[in-house]
Formats: sequence, structure tokens, C-alpha cells
Amino acid sequence: MKKRRLVMRTAILVILFAAVAYTLYANFNKDNVHKVQIGKEAPDFVLVDMDGKEHQLSDYKGQGVFLNFWGTWCKPCEKEMPFINNQYEQFKDQGVQTIAVNISESNLAVNKFIERHGMNFPVVIDKNEDVKAAYGIGPLPATFLINPEGEVVKYHTGTLTEPMVKDFMTQIKP
Amino acid sequence: MMKQVKCECGHVNPHGTVLCESCGRVLVEEEKSKKLVDMRYEGSARRSQTYNKTIIDKIWNFFSSVKVGVTLIIITLAASAIGTIFPQEMYIPPTENASVYYEDQYGFAGEVYYTLGFHNLYSSWWYLLLIASIGVSLVICSLDRVVPLYRALKKQRVDRHEGFLKRQRLYRATTLASIEEDSFENIKVKLKEKRYNIREENGSILAEKNRFSRWGPYINHIGLIIFLIGGMLRFVPGMYVDELLWIREGETVVIPETKGEYYLENHEFILETYEKEKENEAFTTAIENNGTVAKNFQTNVSLYKESGETIAGQEPELEKVEDYELRVNEPLKFEQFALYQQSYKLGEISEMSFALTNKETNEEFGQMTIDLHNPQDEYTFENGYSVELMSYFPDFEFDENSEPVTKSRVPNNPAFIFKMFSPEHPDGEVSFVAIQQTIEPYGDNDLKMAFKGVDTQNVSALTVRKDLTLPILAIGGLIFMIGVVQGAYWNHRRIWIRRLGDQVLVAGHTNKNWHGLKREITHVFDGSGIQEPIDQSDEITNKKGKEE
Repeated sequence: MKKRRLVMRTAILVILFAAVAYTLYANFNKDNVHKVQIGKEAPDFVLVDMDGKEHQLSDYKGQGVFLNFWGTWCKPCEKEMPFINNQYEQFKDQGVQTIAVNISESNLAVNKFIERHGMNFPVVIDKNEDVKAAYGIGPLPATFLINPEGEVVKYHTGTLTEPMVKDFMTQIKP
Repeated sequence: MMKQVKCECGHVNPHGTVLCESCGRVLVEEEKSKKLVDMRYEGSARRSQTYNKTIIDKIWNFFSSVKVGVTLIIITLAASAIGTIFPQEMYIPPTENASVYYEDQYGFAGEVYYTLGFHNLYSSWWYLLLIASIGVSLVICSLDRVVPLYRALKKQRVDRHEGFLKRQRLYRATTLASIEEDSFENIKVKLKEKRYNIREENGSILAEKNRFSRWGPYINHIGLIIFLIGGMLRFVPGMYVDELLWIREGETVVIPETKGEYYLENHEFILETYEKEKENEAFTTAIENNGTVAKNFQTNVSLYKESGETIAGQEPELEKVEDYELRVNEPLKFEQFALYQQSYKLGEISEMSFALTNKETNEEFGQMTIDLHNPQDEYTFENGYSVELMSYFPDFEFDENSEPVTKSRVPNNPAFIFKMFSPEHPDGEVSFVAIQQTIEPYGDNDLKMAFKGVDTQNVSALTVRKDLTLPILAIGGLIFMIGVVQGAYWNHRRIWIRRLGDQVLVAGHTNKNWHGLKREITHVFDGSGIQEPIDQSDEITNKKGKEE
């Protein structure tokens, strides 16, 4: 009798606390619930860069992809661009591809920005904001690290320093 | 083995029982001295109150306490009320920074409010924990009371112990020389008339009705718990969507949270106001007094479904689903989604026109129109005149270094750096042009970009809403109401009649509305020769009154 009572009570309490814990957990993560989960395959996309070259993510299987979302108006994005450019030069021959996705700005604005900052890596414009939606991008800049298997390894929002960019690219080196 | 209490009548009660489940004998010494028994939960053993050994029992007992439950509810109420003093963070202007906004607007109180986290109260961990604790308390309180109550009501005997009857609020013993079977039969008929269920044993009678009303509070709690579960499900991905979609006229955009399946095109946003001439004359004064009064907010849209299997970024193959005139309270519904008219922005600049002009002679060499969402690099005119767009700032301001920058990608305050080429100046003249402002950084130019006009467009904001928890909330609410009605509009009434030697003991109990029970009793015993029971609680209060 007594044992049964203890088992019953324990079971009920466990169920209740599990529900509470889940609710709290889900609530805290609701702002960082990404469409794209760490360890899951990164959603495929295809966008055209400023030179007219098509970039499809799945074509880069076997290479790491440093995927950066940015805007010309976003100060932190501007700050990290030179770092990304430097590291791109270091890593491009080591199997790490860099793609910078601009969110739906005009070609002019993007081109002028590229000129101003001497960016050498492919920059694509997400005109329909499809890719933005698929990756659930909130505030900019946002960076995804995709390993050679096509899986998301890391998600980062906020400015990057040069050592961070270097560390990130090292992480996805094939 | 746990301690059990064996009553003199032979029934074995769980430890902690006050009144024997079967015969009603008072089992606890201190209760025996009391004039009336406490009939709450039928004097059954609320289990939580009795075992307190393991940590599980301790947690259980904590949540089982009604005092704790009520305290939790009061704290939650107070917190919820405080949360309404100033607006929550989600309702302050989106451009404002919460950390300064509250202090700016509301002074010290605002700062305290922000520091204590009340600006984001309803999703704060401690608020959720309070709500969750109320939920846990509801479940455990209910379980702990409904089980023993059910047992006690199921096991109750017809001929309850004298001590039990004596201590009922309505009680009287009548001594009769002889008992006439007729009057007993008559009483039974009258009880049946009043829809009592009658059980008889050894010449004693237990008349009972509306026992189900005792379950009302527990049904009510079940409803509440379902309601809370519904609230919890909002956090489960895919169950609840509440997003804002800004869409310009002429734009086609993907609808968020539809996995890129649905697209929406905005043909036109319409804001209508009441006009004197068009409305009934009766409203003329009202319109004059109030100036502009909005009559209609409407977005004419087309809904498209993506038909092909395209990957993100590819031009989608769109199939039109329907055209719709979306107004306030007339949402566009598709699948589980609904789009509501939420907000708007009138007259966002979409195009700006300039003329390349000689400053001295005002001679124009050509006009150009810049699409602010997609400007060209260069605009060429006849006779060797052209204009290069060196820089474009859709939302221009000067930063801390006095450099022109853009705050966003929305053309709120467009500014340009033009390079104007002419046969006289083949290397070009540079001019910075913003609204009502021209700067010539390299000295005097011969040419200028004369402002010719703007084209504007409206932007509509729609709420994208999906809520799969609504049916659960509705069911929870319905069960809640059933519980309330069940407990509020019916009363559980019992009348005991017991023959003991030459005495007839009559006692009555109800969980509420004693007046109703007394009236029924008066009717039932009228003319039977048995004296109807009197209200012993009146006696007690009267006595007290006299003593004082």
C-alpha cells in the first residue's frame, strides 16, 4: 500500500515537473528556436552573386561553408567584413567557402559597399528574403558554420572579431 | 504496514480519518468534545496530512495545501496586476531601447520596473513558474481530496452512528410511544417526491440527492488544467504563430512560417475616412467636430501557393489561390493560417525624380527617376550628359565621424552622391543630395540635380496568425464552466432517519443552501408526528449571544 502510494506520487510529480520544465525550456528558447538546428542539415538555397555566378549550397558538399548574413546599413556587419575578407583569403584554398548573403537590398547599394570594403568573396542578394526565412534570421549580422557534410555546426549573432572568424573557419575545415 | 483505524462498527479506515467512512462515528478524541462535526470532505483522511516521511511526500504535501494554493494565486494576481502598470516591452515603440525608454517615460518608477524585469513579466521564468505551480497545486489538491471524498461517500452506511447524527447541524431526537409504519411510508413518499434517492437498512433511512454536485469543483479543476495545457502548447513549435508581415504595394513576399509555401502580393493599401458629402446628413456635425475619422483599412492582396519544388532563393513557381480584400476583422484565411490587417504606413517614398540642371541658366539636360528599391548605377542623357550614382543611402544620417551612413534599408530619408558628367566636365562634378539639402564637397559645381518630385507607395502590415491551441482552450473553458454550474446550481443534500429504541433521530446535511434543505425537511415531516430537526448552529450562536 505504502509503496504503491510512493510510486504513484513520484510518477505524478515526475509528469508534472517534466511538463513545467518543458514549458520553461521552450519559453526560454522561443527567441532562439531556429529553423535550422545545430547538427541538422543546412537548408539548401541557390542565389546569384554580383558577378552573375550561381551559388547553390549543396554544390559545396565536401567543403566547409562560412555563411554570413548582413546588410549595408548594419554597423557591426561593416566592422566584421574586413576580418572575413582576410580569413577568406587564408582559407579559400583549404576547402572553406565563404558566402555573404545580403538581405534584400539594391544591387547598387551592395556593389558600392563591396567596392568600398574591397570584398573578394562571393556576395549574393536574397531578394525575396526566402533564404532569410529558411534560416530564420533575426538581427544582423548572423553567421552559420556548415561543415563539409552539409550540417550546421554553429550559429552566431553579433559582430565577429578576426580571431573568431579564424577559429570558425578552422572548425569547418575538411 | 501503515496504521489503520478500525472503527467499533468493524470498518477499517485509512489513518487520519476523523469520521468513520461507514458509520460516521467520531474517531478523533478532540473532535468528540465538539458540538458539531466538521463535514468538510466527510471527515475523510486527506492523505497528504498524514504521511510525511520521504522527500516526495514533503513536496506532495506542500502542493496539497489549499493555503499554499491560495497564496500562489494571490502572488500571481498581484504580479499580473503590476505587469499592467506600464506597457510591456513588446508594446513600446520598436525603435526605442527598453533600458532607457522606461526611465525616460516614467522616471524612477519606470527604472525600477525595468530593473525588476516587469517589462517582460508574462514570459519571465518566475511568472511562468508561478503559473506552473498553480497548475501542480490544482492537480495535487484535487487528487488528494477527491479520492478520499469519493471513498467516504461510497462507503457511507445508512444507519450512521448516534454520535455522528447528534453532531450534525440539523438534528433532533423525537421520543415516540409507538411508531406508526404509515407515517414512515408517508415520509418516504414525500422524500421521493422531492427526488431523493432512498436507502433503507434496519428500519433506518438515508435519503440523498445530487451527490454529483460534490464533483463540481474537481471537474472545474480538470477544465483549468486542460486550459493550462493549452497555454503550454503555445510553446510547442508549430502550434502557435504570431508574426508581423510588412508588405509594400506591388511587392510579392513569402508568408513567414508557411515553410516558403505561400506568397502574398500587395496590390493596394486603402485608407478611407468618413467624408461629409458621402455619409448620412445626421453625421455631418460629428465628422466636422472630429476631423478625420477612419472608415476602412484595407489591403487588396493575392495569395499564391508555390507549385514547384524549388529551393530557397530560386524564383518560385506561383499559382494563384485567391484574390482577397483584407479588412480589419475580415482576415484572409488559408489552411490553419489567418492574415489580419494590423497596421500601415502611408506615403513611403518609392521613387525620386531629378533633372540635371545648369545652376546659372536653369537649362535642363535630362530627367531621371530613381527607383529607391533598385537604383541604377548610371543614368545617361543626350549630348554627352550623364549621371553616375556613386553612393545611395536609403535611410540617411551622419554618423559620429560626420560620414553619411544609412540607418536601415528602408527609404525613409534617401540621400545620394551623384557624379554629374557633361562635355564641360568630362571627369564629373560630385554632389551630395539629400532631402532639402545639397552639399558640394569639391567646391562650386556648374551643374546641379534639381529635385522634380517623388512617388510614394503605401506599406501594409499584416499579422500572420495560427493558433492550434484554441480548440483545447475552448474545451478546457467548457469543462471549467460545466464544473462551475454543477457545483453551483445543485446542492448535495442528505437526510438521515434512524430508529433507536423508542427514539427517532433525524439529521440533515447539505453542502450549501441550508434554507432549501430546511424547507424540504419541513415538507417531508409535516404531519408525521416526528419533530423536524432544528438548526444547532443557531442554538450555538444564540447561546454565545446570551453569554456575551
